[in-house]
Amino acid sequence: MSLRPDLAAIAAHVAPGSRVLDIGCGDGALMAELESASGCDARGIELDGELVERCVSRGLSVVQGDANADLANYPDKAFDYAILSQTLQTATRPDLILDELLRVGRRAFVSFPNFAHWRTRAALMLGGRMPVTRALPVSWYETQNIHHVTVDDFRDLARLKGAAIERAWFFANEQQIGAPAANWRAEFAVFELSR
Amino acid sequence: MAPASSSSIYHIPHSLPLDSGQALEGAQIAYETYGTLADDKSNAVLVCHALTGDQYLASPHPITGKPGWWERMVGPGKPIDTNRHFVICANVIGSCMGSTGPASLAPDGAPYAMRFPVITIRDMVRGLVALLDGLEIARLHAVVGGSMGGMQALSLAANWPERAARVLVIASTARHSAQNIAFHEVGRQAIMADPAWADGDYYASDARPDNGLAVARMAAHITYLSEAGLTEKFGRRLQDRDAKGFGFDAEFQVESYLRYQGSGFTRRFDANSYLYITRAMDYFDIAEEHGGKLATAFAGTNARFCLVSFDTDWLYPTAESRHVVHALNAAGAKVSFVELSAPNGHDSFLLEHDQLDRVVKGFVE
Repeated sequence: MSLRPDLAAIAAHVAPGSRVLDIGCGDGALMAELESASGCDARGIELDGELVERCVSRGLSVVQGDANADLANYPDKAFDYAILSQTLQTATRPDLILDELLRVGRRAFVSFPNFAHWRTRAALMLGGRMPVTRALPVSWYETQNIHHVTVDDFRDLARLKGAAIERAWFFANEQQIGAPAANWRAEFAVFELSR
Repeated sequence: MAPASSSSIYHIPHSLPLDSGQALEGAQIAYETYGTLADDKSNAVLVCHALTGDQYLASPHPITGKPGWWERMVGPGKPIDTNRHFVICANVIGSCMGSTGPASLAPDGAPYAMRFPVITIRDMVRGLVALLDGLEIARLHAVVGGSMGGMQALSLAANWPERAARVLVIASTARHSAQNIAFHEVGRQAIMADPAWADGDYYASDARPDNGLAVARMAAHITYLSEAGLTEKFGRRLQDRDAKGFGFDAEFQVESYLRYQGSGFTRRFDANSYLYITRAMDYFDIAEEHGGKLATAFAGTNARFCLVSFDTDWLYPTAESRHVVHALNAAGAKVSFVELSAPNGHDSFLLEHDQLDRVVKGFVE
């Protein structure tokens, strides 16, 4: 099974044998990859009960819960990596989630759709409507994305939180692209943080 | 009621120490097994039964003739697959289907009755561990239980962490709440208010505290269901009549159903066992056994855990499962948790539920 590009980037950069917490783990694709290919000890949190059931029935350790509330129960630095893929923009308080991520994990991976991608900007500026794009396919009234964020916003938040950006990866058209002008060019971004 | 059982009997070859400080001498455990134990004894799954359950997990009950209580879950090709696993289900001590309980004969030859020591869930598990020792099973592939069975599974994991590789806890809790204790007390008082109870000394008499036991069962049965489930099943429909009779017969279907549940129960269960087992459940608080902190109970465990709750279960609601999950997370244990949607309250774990089947199968495999 091929992983989504942002997950593949994360999977490729998690050190083998690590303890990993995947927050918003979905159907467990990344966890399964980390356990089978990298010998990681992966745990997950997922809000959707049906996805949790799928994870459990494939043998993964996943807790049905809400990242906004449940991260508080994990001890400090319980994991080598805390991963938040495509979930930051759905959090009630992304800034507090980021704090929790950097508390429970020695390092954190965060991926999100970049709201400053040129398509999004064009849709808003020229169309005058909330963008519905490949990266953000759901209408404004249905989307779970309540805190849209751009690459530059995220860099600012990391700085504000005293988190160091260890590495970053950017994607457009399912391909990795370079960092220059990523705030314009990237549909998705992945950051590796430490504090 | 004389302990009746066609099951295998394990005579515990030592005195069984109890949390009360007392000990049970010459105790026995009645159990059923399904499937074949592997040569290396690595495929054993222990299923723990609930308050009024017994060892007849996947084989007919000898008194009622009904199918095993979890036959839909355990058997060849079922989620707990007896083609792969050697499944053990034992009657807990304190019960009345062949394991030592208040109806059993004490060393003096008379039934224990209320001389039976008050036991705890951990004491029940001591009995189960003694059985595992007897079967020379050092480590279970999995321990599985719903309701009080889940309490035993958690107690085994907390107190004998090396004995199980997987721990599956369904519709259960790590402690009995005030509400849980309150309902149990109603049941116990109903039994003890029955003149036939005779301070528990009724075994030689023709009269049994069946009325009290039936009321206890009726009250408890309500807690196993949901308001919506009862409404759907019975509504306000009348039983065998077209109009209200202005009397106190079982006029409503729900009354008739509860009376049937109550009287059926007295055919297969001993009133004193009901007192002892409900008391054991009320005493249950794993955190209290481990210095007040639940996470401490599971520190250092290397078992995998899975907890399942049902959204309409108000007896052991989802919050109780989450409480256990949080403690397991804090202890660094491998834990899964899912809240399943089901209309039938606490009893949902015994009923048809495809998602539950998939979770059980995936976790136990």
